[in-house]
Amino acid sequence: MSDEILDEITASEYKYGFTSDIESDKVPPGLNEDVIRLISSKKNEPEWMLEWRLDAFRTWSEMIEPDWPNVTYNKPNFQAISYYSAPKQTKTLDSLEEVDPELLKTFEKLGISIDEQKRLTGVAMDVVVDSVSVATSFKETLAEKGIIFCSMSEAIQEHPELVRKHLGTVVPKRDNFYAALNSAVFTDGSFCYIPKGVHCPMELSTYFRINEAGTGQFERTLLVADKGSYVSYLEGCTAPSRDENQLHAAVVELVAMEGAEIKYSTVQNWFPGDAEGKGGVFNFVTKRGICERNSKISWTQVETGSAVTWKYPSCILKGDNSVGEFYSVAVTNKFQQADTGTKMIHLGKNTKSTIISKGISAGKSHNSYRGLVRVGPRAENARNFSQCDSLLMGNQCGAHTFPYIEAQNPSAQIEHEATTSKIGEDQIFYCNQRGIGTEEAIALIVNGYCKEVLNQLPMEFAVEAQKLLEVSLEGSVG
Amino acid sequence: MIRINDLQARVEEKEILSGINLEINPGEVHAIMGPNGSGKSTLSSVIAGREDYEVTGGTIDFEGEDLLNLDPEERAHKGIFLSFQYPVEIPGVTVSNFIKTAINESRKGRGEEPMEAREMLAKMREKTALLEMDKSYLSRSLNEGFSGGEKKRNEIFQMAMLEPKLAILDETDSGLDIDALRIVANGVNKLRSEDNAVLVITHYQRLLDYIEPDFVHVLYNGKIVKSGDKNLALELEAKGYDWIKEENV
Repeated sequence: MSDEILDEITASEYKYGFTSDIESDKVPPGLNEDVIRLISSKKNEPEWMLEWRLDAFRTWSEMIEPDWPNVTYNKPNFQAISYYSAPKQTKTLDSLEEVDPELLKTFEKLGISIDEQKRLTGVAMDVVVDSVSVATSFKETLAEKGIIFCSMSEAIQEHPELVRKHLGTVVPKRDNFYAALNSAVFTDGSFCYIPKGVHCPMELSTYFRINEAGTGQFERTLLVADKGSYVSYLEGCTAPSRDENQLHAAVVELVAMEGAEIKYSTVQNWFPGDAEGKGGVFNFVTKRGICERNSKISWTQVETGSAVTWKYPSCILKGDNSVGEFYSVAVTNKFQQADTGTKMIHLGKNTKSTIISKGISAGKSHNSYRGLVRVGPRAENARNFSQCDSLLMGNQCGAHTFPYIEAQNPSAQIEHEATTSKIGEDQIFYCNQRGIGTEEAIALIVNGYCKEVLNQLPMEFAVEAQKLLEVSLEGSVG
Repeated sequence: MIRINDLQARVEEKEILSGINLEINPGEVHAIMGPNGSGKSTLSSVIAGREDYEVTGGTIDFEGEDLLNLDPEERAHKGIFLSFQYPVEIPGVTVSNFIKTAINESRKGRGEEPMEAREMLAKMREKTALLEMDKSYLSRSLNEGFSGGEKKRNEIFQMAMLEPKLAILDETDSGLDIDALRIVANGVNKLRSEDNAVLVITHYQRLLDYIEPDFVHVLYNGKIVKSGDKNLALELEAKGYDWIKEENV
């Protein structure tokens, strides 16, 4: 019985496989200093930015792609990728009416109505399609509080001092192969600054979307929360289906100054590849935050997409009494591979971290948790609690856990719990007997299993995340 | 309501039911008793549609419909409820969320609209009170960390919420202390009506002190070997099952 159910569930097709027909301004494939100069000049960037990129490119040229993650894939040919693609729109837009109607249609297909989002949820969105932001809303409300929320390109033009001060301070150019590549070629992303003592009155949200065949997407996000401020940031993504692999190598940097709090939530649903494991997005992302005294950074992620994922949202707990949290649901199905987890680096005294990781593997996929908890010699009374659970569906998938613990201070308290379970036929039959069909039963059980993480998401996002879990794990009904 | 005719079933290669005949009419309470391994739980699982059991012969007719052709959830939509001997745990899913899903999925299966939130809430209050359950039950994870008695009470709570036509109580008395037994039995009795029926499956007679059966059947080696009224249960209690076994060697 279980085999049939699983076949059905794992046969679920990616719902968002379509391409929208928008004219693009695209640079020919290949990467060298000239391409970087071209990107920089197309974006009308200041000299320091170009130099920064070139320095990153030179560093990257000498690096080699890491092979320690527990994933196998054909390495991308970096000379076959086009590094810049922007919808042909040059002037800045003030309202949705000015947006390319084709683009709006795309959002419609995804079920994202910006108008509705605006009206009903009070979410300001900075929509990123193929690397260039085309619509920004609620800017005025935010501006009243002194909050800056704009595309990275705009920030480089309008707030160069802030960008220059913080860019690369959390994830340095030479941090790793993909971070270096991103630093050299990033085309856009989001920038956010919350002034001292300001509580951001709404959830800030960005929808990312890869749209152009063969273009890698190199997003750069920088979020700075000044002393005593608070912000909740939502990042959600979908991508159209493709035969060739698409590379996504984003960098996200968070700066939480003294007493600040940042909540960063992600729902990721990029094309995972088809039923044969063909195609799909390579998601090699570096996300990291730094916490000053008494501050807090909380990462929440629901990851259901991408063919290969390599991602460790991390916290450097530099200041005393700072807090880092990581809540994650990672779903792999069919031939997907994920090597994901977090790093909690305790440097300050009385620092605290919590890791709740829920992996779900189905089909022939492999799901690995890799986490590092490091307590530095000066970090008196550091505390960590980690819980890593794996849920297996069927008997052709794999779940792996690689926890690393390095404690250099004898007062550290580190707890690690791990479980592995399977959705039992007993559970499914019990639900069936109560009138709940098998697909709904699996959705119910999976949502229950992920509850601790889903509870961390803002309400409207949690609903979307639940839907995503269902879509990723169920066969299309009827 | 339900007519079971010459039902045969096996699990893997082993035959467990070898020709069961049983008819239950609306308003009736039937009890099936028998020693361990006689096929009692298999019978309840086959009626509910568990796929581990292969039906090799016979028919089950439920209100004019061939039950064996239906999926377990479709049988539930038609009004068949099984109180499990060993209810499963579903971590992170609250009792209220679970029962809400069950009710609305059943309604959907019957082509009805979902129950309104207010009505649902009122009904939950009423039924928790009926089973003398604390309201905090509703927000606990389904059966997780429940005591044996709490699990059984939760089964009857779900039965009260779903209002089935035929309720099968599989060893509902096992693991219950005398107070819980009284509460559970009281709950079942209050739900009895002219239109529904109850099939009580039990090893011991004591539950039948509280839920009085109209008919008692003795199951042995996959067959109903004796039927009678409630006095048969008392006789079994006094004499044990050995005389049944001797009669049926």
